[in-house]
Amino acid sequence: MDFGLSEDQRLLEQSVRGWLRDNVPIARVRELRAAACPNDRAIWRGLAELGAAGIVVPETCGGSGLALLDAALVAQSLGHAVAPCAFLSTAVIAPVALGSFGADAKPWLEGIAAGELVFGVAFTETFSVREGAGVVLAGDRVRGKAMMAIDAHGADRILIPIGDRIAVMRSDAPGLSTARLTTIDATRCTAEVVLDGVSPDAVLDGAGGAIARALDAGRIALAADALGACEAMIEQAVAYAQQRRQFGRAIGSFQAVKHMCAEMIAALEPARSLLWYAAHSFDALPDEVPQMACHVLAHVSEIGREIASTATQVHGGIGWTDEQNLHFWFKRIAVARHLLGGPELLRERAAELQGFVL
Amino acid sequence: MNLEYGLQYEAFRAEVRAFLDRHKSDKPALSLIEVTPAERARWLSLLIEHGYFARTIPREYGGYGAEPDLLATVIMDEEFNRAGVSRGLNAQGPSMLVPTLLEHGTEEQKRRWIAPTLRGEVIWCQGYSEPGSGSDLASLTTSAHEDGSDFVINGSKIWTSTADKAQMMFALVRTEAAAPRHAGISYILLAMDTPGIEVRPLETMSGAIGENSFNQVFFRDVRVPQANVVGRRGEGWKIANTTLAHERASLNANAEGLLLRLIRLMRKETANGAPAIASPVYRDRLMRLQARAHAMKHHSMRLLTCGLRGESPGVAGLVVKLSNCQLSFDIAALAIDAMGELGSLYDHAKYEREKGFWQAHSFFALGLIIGGGTAQIQRNIIAERGLGLPREPKVAQA
Repeated sequence: MDFGLSEDQRLLEQSVRGWLRDNVPIARVRELRAAACPNDRAIWRGLAELGAAGIVVPETCGGSGLALLDAALVAQSLGHAVAPCAFLSTAVIAPVALGSFGADAKPWLEGIAAGELVFGVAFTETFSVREGAGVVLAGDRVRGKAMMAIDAHGADRILIPIGDRIAVMRSDAPGLSTARLTTIDATRCTAEVVLDGVSPDAVLDGAGGAIARALDAGRIALAADALGACEAMIEQAVAYAQQRRQFGRAIGSFQAVKHMCAEMIAALEPARSLLWYAAHSFDALPDEVPQMACHVLAHVSEIGREIASTATQVHGGIGWTDEQNLHFWFKRIAVARHLLGGPELLRERAAELQGFVL
Repeated sequence: MNLEYGLQYEAFRAEVRAFLDRHKSDKPALSLIEVTPAERARWLSLLIEHGYFARTIPREYGGYGAEPDLLATVIMDEEFNRAGVSRGLNAQGPSMLVPTLLEHGTEEQKRRWIAPTLRGEVIWCQGYSEPGSGSDLASLTTSAHEDGSDFVINGSKIWTSTADKAQMMFALVRTEAAAPRHAGISYILLAMDTPGIEVRPLETMSGAIGENSFNQVFFRDVRVPQANVVGRRGEGWKIANTTLAHERASLNANAEGLLLRLIRLMRKETANGAPAIASPVYRDRLMRLQARAHAMKHHSMRLLTCGLRGESPGVAGLVVKLSNCQLSFDIAALAIDAMGELGSLYDHAKYEREKGFWQAHSFFALGLIIGGGTAQIQRNIIAERGLGLPREPKVAQA
């Protein structure tokens, strides 16, 4: 019985966090918010050298062949640093979706592990269709539009579920266009993908299970990202409460303020345990994953909103300014809440999986 | 990550199950505090003999004498819970006094008190809180004046669970009136039938069917031998803090079992012909609670792992009481709401569900949020010890 991180996992987390501290400080994040796409390739190559891009890619395809829990630790570190990069799409969702297709998928997986191929993923319509979105395969052509596709703008390939098939598209294919859909979060790239009779690179049949697994993995990794962002907000709030003085004493000595900090950490630590379990279940307890993936993302979304708001309030007025940078974490958490299904949708899915929806 | 207990422990689990099967019919019908002392001692002796209670207490003091083993403890708890059998006497004597005596008691105190306490022959109550000293326990004023070889005690204790049933009390009293407040307190053992002690029941919000063993205790010139002090005079505060650590460790709620009970209720309870679980509104609340229950379950596995690895869990260990007690209250609240108008029925009313369990549990959970260190005090501990935030400046004494 051992439910905790291994020594290797702690080292992995330390090395990713150390690299991010040196290479993606908040000043770099501020620069990237002006870019057309914040997913900077130099950051991605650096992370790929650390092994982050191919973390769940099998070793036979040049990856590290590690577990989803390892990927979750990287995602958490990225959220902690509000680092802009295509980790969720390229290093988690795409390799899980493509992983079961053997030789057909090998070149893509090798490209991912090498840090050379960046994937966008258009999964939104598998759980929520708005504005008449949807993509169909008509003969050998792909038509339609996909919304809020993660990291699709500026990607090399775009992966689109169509029923129980997965279409892999080249982003420069004739008839395919992407346009960034600007959200409040400048550190993550979401886009609309319009397909006007595009010839796909490949269509993978019998992918229903792979799509579901990829969505589960994505939800767990996204929860990890938001949890990391929460962690960073709490650290900043606690540091500020220790240093800021009013009425002749540190504001953290006032119970009104220290109880806010206590509430935040009391919400975060059990959520971290839930995240570990959900990520562990992805590799070890497959029957539990769909429910756990819904629960962990919904739960982190709920506590995340509270933590983001509370940590900002601990800072008082300065927390509300652009200069203090706190808003980068606030907005990362806020957008994660709806990227792969909002909490209401996820909870209803968790209930459905247990036979509670009559 | 490895969630298996391993062959050796699964064999132990099978042993525990076999024991429970074999002795199902020997189990006392009422809670252990309600049955006769003889019946209590018979059952507890059986548990101790097999190592299911008082497992790590040395044999010479009436325990089983095993080395501490966290996994064995978890397995026993799981199996006894599953069988609906309480694992020994969940009372303040075994859980708080015995560890304190082992750490600070004289040889004579250990030999005299530990074994009969474990067998339930002596029931103890705890005399810490006073009407004027709750969260600020060190301000307590119950006084003990030296008179020959005795102390003479005057004052009052409150929130004293089982004082009406106990033969003995372990108490904090002020023996050194002139000393600074923390240094003036002693930890003392006293018999509840000593002249001058009056126990008055304190009715709680639970009413007739809930917690009904809460009391206030009054002392008027109560003579207690000085030899009944545990540890040194004036060191009671330090000694009590080791006891309080034992109390906090024992205040744990089983949210998983409670949630399953809530799900059964929501499947069965109907309004306008449809079960509560069919309502998306109630269902959404249920799923929120389920996520929190999962989180607390896996959090306890994480803390168990810290224990097994010999690592400190840090702040993660300090948040458990606050989160678990609130979760327990919130689960009861949804059950009450899911029953609609009938959720408020109580006291054996017609149509009352589950003998009023959910209202009673809601009151009980609220008591747990407050007892053993209020939620406010828990937040202070989390923020100060866990996050390193500064303590409130001391107010100058008037």
